[in-house]
Amino acid sequence: MKTLNKEVLFGLYNDETELLSAIKQANDKHLEIMDVFTPFPVHGLDPLLGLKESRLHIAGFIYGATGTLIAFLFMTWVFVSDWPIIFGGKPFFAAPSFIPVTFEFTVLLSAIGMTVTFYTICGMGPGVVNPILDSRITDNKFCIAFDVTHGKENENDYRSFFTNTGASEVHSKNI
Amino acid sequence: MGHYVSPLRIPLIEGNKTYHDITNDICAPTERTPSALWVLGFAISVAFLALYVFIITWTIWKGIGSWNLNRTIGWGWDITNFVWWVGIGHAGTLISAILLLFRQRWRTGVNRAAEAMTIFAVICAGQFPIFHMGRVWLAFFVFPYPNTRGPLWLNFNSPLMWDVFALSTYFTVSLLFWYTGLVPDFATVRDRAKGLRWKIYNFLSFGWTGSAKHWQRWESLSLILAGLSTPLVLSVHTIVSFDFATSVIPGWHTTIFPPYFVAGAIFSGFAMVLTLMIIARKVLNLEQYITIEHIESMNKVILLTGSIVGVAYLTELFVAWYSGYIYEQFAFYNRVLGPYWWSYVGMMTCNVISPQFFWSKKIRRSIAWTFGLSIVVNIGMWFERFVIIATTLARDYLPSSWSYYTPSWVEVGMFLGSIGLFFTCFLIFTRVAPVVAIAEIKSILKVAGDQYIGPKAKKHDNH
Repeated sequence: MKTLNKEVLFGLYNDETELLSAIKQANDKHLEIMDVFTPFPVHGLDPLLGLKESRLHIAGFIYGATGTLIAFLFMTWVFVSDWPIIFGGKPFFAAPSFIPVTFEFTVLLSAIGMTVTFYTICGMGPGVVNPILDSRITDNKFCIAFDVTHGKENENDYRSFFTNTGASEVHSKNI
Repeated sequence: MGHYVSPLRIPLIEGNKTYHDITNDICAPTERTPSALWVLGFAISVAFLALYVFIITWTIWKGIGSWNLNRTIGWGWDITNFVWWVGIGHAGTLISAILLLFRQRWRTGVNRAAEAMTIFAVICAGQFPIFHMGRVWLAFFVFPYPNTRGPLWLNFNSPLMWDVFALSTYFTVSLLFWYTGLVPDFATVRDRAKGLRWKIYNFLSFGWTGSAKHWQRWESLSLILAGLSTPLVLSVHTIVSFDFATSVIPGWHTTIFPPYFVAGAIFSGFAMVLTLMIIARKVLNLEQYITIEHIESMNKVILLTGSIVGVAYLTELFVAWYSGYIYEQFAFYNRVLGPYWWSYVGMMTCNVISPQFFWSKKIRRSIAWTFGLSIVVNIGMWFERFVIIATTLARDYLPSSWSYYTPSWVEVGMFLGSIGLFFTCFLIFTRVAPVVAIAEIKSILKVAGDQYIGPKAKKHDNH
């Protein structure tokens, strides 16, 4: 298990509506949120947290384009230069019949590349143990976490913020 | 929530569920001891799986001479079963990918199980061409690797080769898509578990935390994988149809094949999803998540695709007649009235007539009718592939080599065994993984739960 050596103060909310309005208030009060954890993707969360759109799809395009090139150029090389064979009277460079394999390989590379990238940048993988703040976050609790490792003086601000925004529970944890 | 929901929308989650109820209900089948019904089903499936292992051993030991294929009829039950299984797989991708792109909320109740079905169906499908190769220990020859035979490469112009790429890509992408969807749900199971169970689910959940950024990337990944899977699933059955359509055999050499095969695949796949889900929702107590609305929606897809398939059958006959080409005309005359007339009758009855019952709303919403018809459709789609393959080959260009084909016990056993393989995988899946996508169900609760919309909705301000 990785340890981040962080002292985290977190509040749990019962509903995503409460969570969203709490984040708005945190933004107004310029409280710096470390992270937000939810049981499902909550829409409208990303702009409030200032999260930029994921660039995963750009990576996906690059992987896909690589696949296209590899497959098409490989088949061309095989049939035009390495071992030319005439199949059914077609020219050696029978581009239309390279399309299916090129397409499949594009999709394959894009999907594998994107999935591997996703798990890598999220720090996830088989057997990885990431610190979990509360076991109910994957069930029905919505969590806002503040990093209080270096800022004990802010802790009261955070606690009153949680009380004012209707957090059902407030805990602190070393992760 | 600020969502506007049309008053016409019907609830997709019944029983006034909270988020915690959803977690409890869907995790429950993985946490309790299996029911007697499950154990019985599993025992039967494993018995058929054992038959499969025996048949495969026999086939490898004796060679595929133990099948009844002959000089004229080189493709029999094996390729019929291959196309049948691949077709079944297609509904999973259609539900998970195409309906995601179309933002159909009812997909959420059934996508997980349908994707699992896809993966297991593709595994079953793959068995048939692999063992049909004969020397199965050389099956890796189908991949283009630098070899000592020249290197002699593959024939990338061949539809059979395209099939290798299509099927392996389809399997891989479906698996990635399915597993990525499962990761947050495995985390839910993990966070309820202790001891060894925790260790197993911790391993499976890849260290998921539910962080906002991870969810954002997860949604982005799911959407793009859906975007990739959509043309992929269409390409897979198109390429399967190319196995026939690019040949010069009358009855196969038709441009209608790709759309006709894809529609047929979706048709049979939805039938299989219904067969499985009608049992699963009952056995696993998931009737409030996989509702009559879901069943009705799927029946509508069956009605649509079944009718497309019906039009395709009639178009084939018309075009054969209209072409003025005697070989084509004979192929279709033979298909309808030749020695395999019974399979054509079976196909027409099961695929064209039976789905028409679904015009009636009462039948669409009847579980007994749906279950019965879903099995009829599966049988019909098996007949379709048999009609296309065997009847066409039985009467080729040379009357002297005309022949009739009946399967040997080995081929029948392999088919039954593959069903055992499929159900064994599926039953294990229902025990170890949440059968309904927990996180996705939670995300639609406020727009599809019966306490928020529909006649039972509590009066409250929607903002």
